[in-house]
Amino acid sequence: MSLDRIFDIAGSGMAAQSIRLNTTASNIANANSAASSEDEVYRAKKPIFSAVQLDVMQQMEMAINGQDDASRGVQVDGVVESEAPLDMRYEPHHPKANDDGYVMYPNVNIVEEMANMISASRSYQTNVQLAESAKNMLNKTLQLGQR
Amino acid sequence: MSISFDRALGIHAEALELRERRAEVLANNLANADTPGYKARDFDFKAMLGAQVDNQMQMSMTSGKHLPPMDIAQSNGLKYRQPDQISLDGNTVDTQKETAEFTKNVLDFQASFRLLNGKFKALTAVLKGE
Repeated sequence: MSLDRIFDIAGSGMAAQSIRLNTTASNIANANSAASSEDEVYRAKKPIFSAVQLDVMQQMEMAINGQDDASRGVQVDGVVESEAPLDMRYEPHHPKANDDGYVMYPNVNIVEEMANMISASRSYQTNVQLAESAKNMLNKTLQLGQR
Repeated sequence: MSISFDRALGIHAEALELRERRAEVLANNLANADTPGYKARDFDFKAMLGAQVDNQMQMSMTSGKHLPPMDIAQSNGLKYRQPDQISLDGNTVDTQKETAEFTKNVLDFQASFRLLNGKFKALTAVLKGE
């Protein structure tokens, strides 16, 4: 039955997009978290997506049953920190200024984060609609042969 | 004369099953809409259905050494979609296109369902003799 697999696929999509939304929220919240050194400062976080591939045994099983070997949803491989240059500002009166009078600000690009946020929420909605459609199709199938 | 369900239901049972599979493939495309390097996949519904129907008329194997025919129905028939526009991260999923295809597939599923349900209703009517 492949219809209930759609729930897994759409669910994996929703989970991945919500992690992306979480990192975006964290980035925007910390956009102005100042620090006095490069090691302490917050860096923008980005999730890495990849398609879920079946392992060899599952692929063999699928091939024997004559089924497709398409991947099964999406997964988040990890969350990495952005390598973009940090924002160094000359603010000698800031309590966190270093000896030279510089304060480190995170490498968060607000415009980029807003675009990411909209994209993530739209993708999340698409996945919800997928699950909804699959639910309707499954419901229909259960009514097969009834009056 | 015995009643053969396969013959009574016609092509609709296979069509419904294929519609389910296509829904899964398209759902997978949409779930991976933001995955770098993911290539959108789909299969030719008409060709697959044709292959499934042809599969019912199999060649007879008169010797044990004969190999069974390997055709499109046994393979998954999945192909890669040709993108309209190339994206920088190598992803070829066009969310709008995939959503449209998915919705169309759901409607086709409902059509196949109605036809199959009609067959069942007709069979029930015959059995009850109403």
